[in-house]
Amino acid sequence: MRSAGTWSLALVCAAAAVAQTASPPRRTGFDDMTPALQAMQRDDTRNPAMLWVAEGERLWDAPAGAAGRSCAQCHGPAPASMRGVAARYPAFDELLARPLTLAQRIAQCRQRHQRAEPLPAEGEAALGLLAYVARQSRGLPIAPPDDARLKPWADRGQRLFAQRIGQLDLACAHCHDQRAGLRLGATPIPQGHPTGYPLYRLEWQGLGSLPRRIRNCMTGVRAEPYPADADEAVALELHLMTRAAGLGIDAPAVRP
Amino acid sequence: MARTLIHVPERARAGEVVELRVTIAHPMETGYRSDNEGRPVPRDILRRFSCRCDGELVFSAELFPAVAAYPYFAFHVRATRSASLSFTWEGDQGFAQTETRALVVA
Repeated sequence: MRSAGTWSLALVCAAAAVAQTASPPRRTGFDDMTPALQAMQRDDTRNPAMLWVAEGERLWDAPAGAAGRSCAQCHGPAPASMRGVAARYPAFDELLARPLTLAQRIAQCRQRHQRAEPLPAEGEAALGLLAYVARQSRGLPIAPPDDARLKPWADRGQRLFAQRIGQLDLACAHCHDQRAGLRLGATPIPQGHPTGYPLYRLEWQGLGSLPRRIRNCMTGVRAEPYPADADEAVALELHLMTRAAGLGIDAPAVRP
Repeated sequence: MARTLIHVPERARAGEVVELRVTIAHPMETGYRSDNEGRPVPRDILRRFSCRCDGELVFSAELFPAVAAYPYFAFHVRATRSASLSFTWEGDQGFAQTETRALVVA
C-alpha cells in the first residue's frame, strides 16, 4: 500500500517535470546574472551604459542636418514622449510599407525630418540615441503592436528562428527554446529575450545592439551573418519581441 | 574629451564618510591585440587616476593593461568641509582630463 503511494507520487513528480520542460517559466538574461552584475545594472552610477545614455541625451537636444532641428524640437522632452516606444518596436512604417526596428526608425527620422547625414550604423552616436530612447521604457512590458501587416514578417521571423543554419546545423530554437537553462561550455544558455538592448556586454567591453548579438550567435554556429539591415534581421527581431511580449524592458542592460 | 560618470552625494554631514564613484569612457587598449589585418594595435591605456580635495591628494590609483575598458572606481573620503573635488585621469598618448565637482557639507 505504502509503496504504491510512493510510486504514484513519483509518477506525479515525473509528470510535473515533463510539463515543466514543455513550457518553462520565462526568464530574462537579468534573472540569470550574479547578484553583483544585477547590482551593477540597477545602479545608474555604476552601469557603464549610462555613458552612452548621457551622449544620447546631449544629441537629443542638439540641432542636426539641413533642417537644423533637434529631436527635442519635434518630440519634446524624451522622458515623456519616448516612454513606451522601445516596447512597441519593430513597428510598421507607412511610407516604406515595411516594419522598422527602433534603430532604423531613428535613422529614418534623422533622414526625413532633420535631413541629416546618416549616423554610422552602430556607432557611438547612433547607439547613444538608441540607448537614451530605450531607457525611457524601462520597467514597461514589451508590447508588440497588434498590426495585421506585421503578421507575415513575424511569421517569417518565427520560421527563421526554427531554421537550421551554419556548419553546426543548429537553429536558434535548439539552444534558446530546447536547451535554455543548460550550459554551453561554462556559459549558461539564456532563453534569448531581448529585454535590455542596447546593452553593455562585459565580453564586448562596450555597448552593442540586438543585431550585433544576433551576428555573434550566427558566427557562433558558423553561419554567414545577415547583412546590415537585412529583412531577415528585422523579421527575427520582430519574432523575438513577440516571443518576449509581457516581459519588462530593462534597457540599457549589463550582461556578462 | 572623454565622457565621464561621476557620482558625488548631494550633501554630506561634517565628518561623514562618503562614497565617490567615477567611470570614464576609455578603451584601455592593451597593446597586446592585433587588428583585422594582423597589425598590432598600439597600447592606449590610462596610467593614473587621482582625486584631489581643494588641491590636496585624497585618493590615487595606477592602472595597467589588465584593467578593463571604461574603468570604474569607487572609494571613500571623509567630508570635513565643503570643498571642490577634482578628478584627474592621465594616460598614454598625452591623455589628460580633469573634472571637478562640488562637495557640499552642511
